[in-house]
Amino acid sequence: MDALMQFIFSGLTVGAVYALVALGFTIIYNASDVVNFAQGEFVMLGGMITVFTFEAGLPLPLAALIAIFVTSAVGVALNKLAIEPARGAPVVSLIIITIGASIFIRGAAQIVFDKQLHRLPSFSGDEPIHMLGATILPQSLWVIGGALLVFVGLYLFFTRTLTGKAVLATANNRLAAQLVGINTGFMMTLSFALSAAIGALAGVLVTPITLVGYDIGVALALKGFAAAMLGGMGNPKGALAGGLLLGLFEALTAGYISSQYKEAVAFIVILAVLFVMPQGIFGEKKTERV
Amino acid sequence: MKLTTALTTLMALGLATGAGAEIRLGASLSASGGAAFLGDPEAKTLEMLVEEVNAAGGINGEEIVLTLYDDGGDPNKARTFATRLVEDDEVVAIIGGTTTGTTMSVLSVAEDEGIPFISLAGAIQIIDPVRDYVFKTPHTDRMACEKIFTDMQTRGISKIGMIAGTDGFGASMEAQCKDVAGDHGIEILVAETYAPQDADMTPQLTKIKATEGVQAVLNPGFGQGPAIVTRNYAQIGLDLPLYQSHGVASDGFIELTGVEAAEGVRLPGTALLIADILEDGDAQKPVVMAYKTAYEAKYGEAVSTFGGYAHDAFRLMVDAIARAGSDDPDEIRDALEETRDLVGTTGIYSFSADDHLGLNLSAFRMLEIRDGAWTSID
Repeated sequence: MDALMQFIFSGLTVGAVYALVALGFTIIYNASDVVNFAQGEFVMLGGMITVFTFEAGLPLPLAALIAIFVTSAVGVALNKLAIEPARGAPVVSLIIITIGASIFIRGAAQIVFDKQLHRLPSFSGDEPIHMLGATILPQSLWVIGGALLVFVGLYLFFTRTLTGKAVLATANNRLAAQLVGINTGFMMTLSFALSAAIGALAGVLVTPITLVGYDIGVALALKGFAAAMLGGMGNPKGALAGGLLLGLFEALTAGYISSQYKEAVAFIVILAVLFVMPQGIFGEKKTERV
Repeated sequence: MKLTTALTTLMALGLATGAGAEIRLGASLSASGGAAFLGDPEAKTLEMLVEEVNAAGGINGEEIVLTLYDDGGDPNKARTFATRLVEDDEVVAIIGGTTTGTTMSVLSVAEDEGIPFISLAGAIQIIDPVRDYVFKTPHTDRMACEKIFTDMQTRGISKIGMIAGTDGFGASMEAQCKDVAGDHGIEILVAETYAPQDADMTPQLTKIKATEGVQAVLNPGFGQGPAIVTRNYAQIGLDLPLYQSHGVASDGFIELTGVEAAEGVRLPGTALLIADILEDGDAQKPVVMAYKTAYEAKYGEAVSTFGGYAHDAFRLMVDAIARAGSDDPDEIRDALEETRDLVGTTGIYSFSADDHLGLNLSAFRMLEIRDGAWTSID
């Protein structure tokens, strides 16, 4: 029983990390159908910038704000310099552009920052919290809380605000959106800025747990992408559920079967789910007009 | 006829300047890419030492010219660069091969062309079987395992759990440790793994905790994995002795782990890591202090074990070239093999015809982290 609780806590911690990354995919995907593979790099930038400004002597909250702001600016630059010029290109080409951008950002981070690993102090100390015979670190609660908060924020954004609906409309049909007076160019810029900000926030929250280095983005983006696919791409509910489920699969496999197979089992489950529900658990069925 | 004479004279002149004024050294290191944290300090170390030796008059009055390529950790590039070093840059010796992968590509070129080559990578396969022209400076994973198991024996530990990274380093060391455990009367009761980028290892550690009879835990790995393992170890309240590998023997590890979680962790490291607390009589003290001071003054960052490997390779090479009194690759090779008691940062090297690593277990110091600092417990 104690062991089970420990596995679940571990799964929730790791799952919340995946969920935060997966949530970042949501906005850009909703605005443009593009899966932004530079999302992991936004997470990395969030972590790295916070670490470096924090070490330069700024208080942690301010350092985190600067990191989120700068990363948003990088997101906007990515849209202006790489995505917008290729506006007419098919989605696949745009996705490939984001892969290129991720390699570029990684290379630049290596030069601007360094090639070492870094860590931030935990926000509320390192004393583990004992619950139900198992332990969880306070930082894990921050990450889980952060994921929930971003989820609620996104959910409200897409369902309750005009801007959120305008973003959805832009993805749905760009021409029609323009005809009803939506500034689609601005919606794209906004979506990149918000996605980058969510990525950076994820970076700030997870750095005390996962540590940060210039190359952590790839693995995070892959897991976040898998989580988003599992839950249903573009749906904040799906990103949250997908991330937590993926984390739990991994932890339970490591605990009860073998740590050798944990990634394999997690991905087999994803394949099985996608086989039955190709849109993911919460994905909406798309009907294409012929 | 006249033309031929002119050409011959020109060639003779060219050869004379080539052989008389400078010694050409080559290096292919992974200063960028995944192994950059190894290759970067290595490249910086070589550049610094070449400057230093040249400023002091070179080797027997001849200046060293270093051609350094960055292979980015890619074995294919390493092979191309090795060939270029030999054919275009006409180097007389090569240092490099940051990783075992890149070393293996450089190695075949060095062997084919008969160029002495000192590798900076860990795997035992590089020098076992012994190859004519190939040497290496880092100790092997196997030696690290043996050092750890010897320490466990003296503490009366015979049953352990192991948790290893699935990256190349972790997997290789895990296999070597399993191989030599029996020789030291160590029984591995449970063996877990984690992927190099994993964020939480509490499930694996919980399993080890629940295994009856485990007296200590060994974690072969490098990068962030061992730091997270150590933090999770403290989190779930495992109070058995924890052993890490030489892969994380740097101050960065304590920083990443946090002082509290790192308390009591033991690992085999080199003299360089504890330069400040080495006893004054220690043979390695002057060498490690000189390197540490120079490196930290020049680059403003802490020295690492990995830069130390490059330091030792360079010193070995310079020593061999000086003793050979020539820049003929074969003579340098022979001189290298005759190296006796050369004091490096990693250990004290003595090569022989059947040992191209030249270190023994005494090169490792068993270290323990106490109050966020290293202490030697040998």
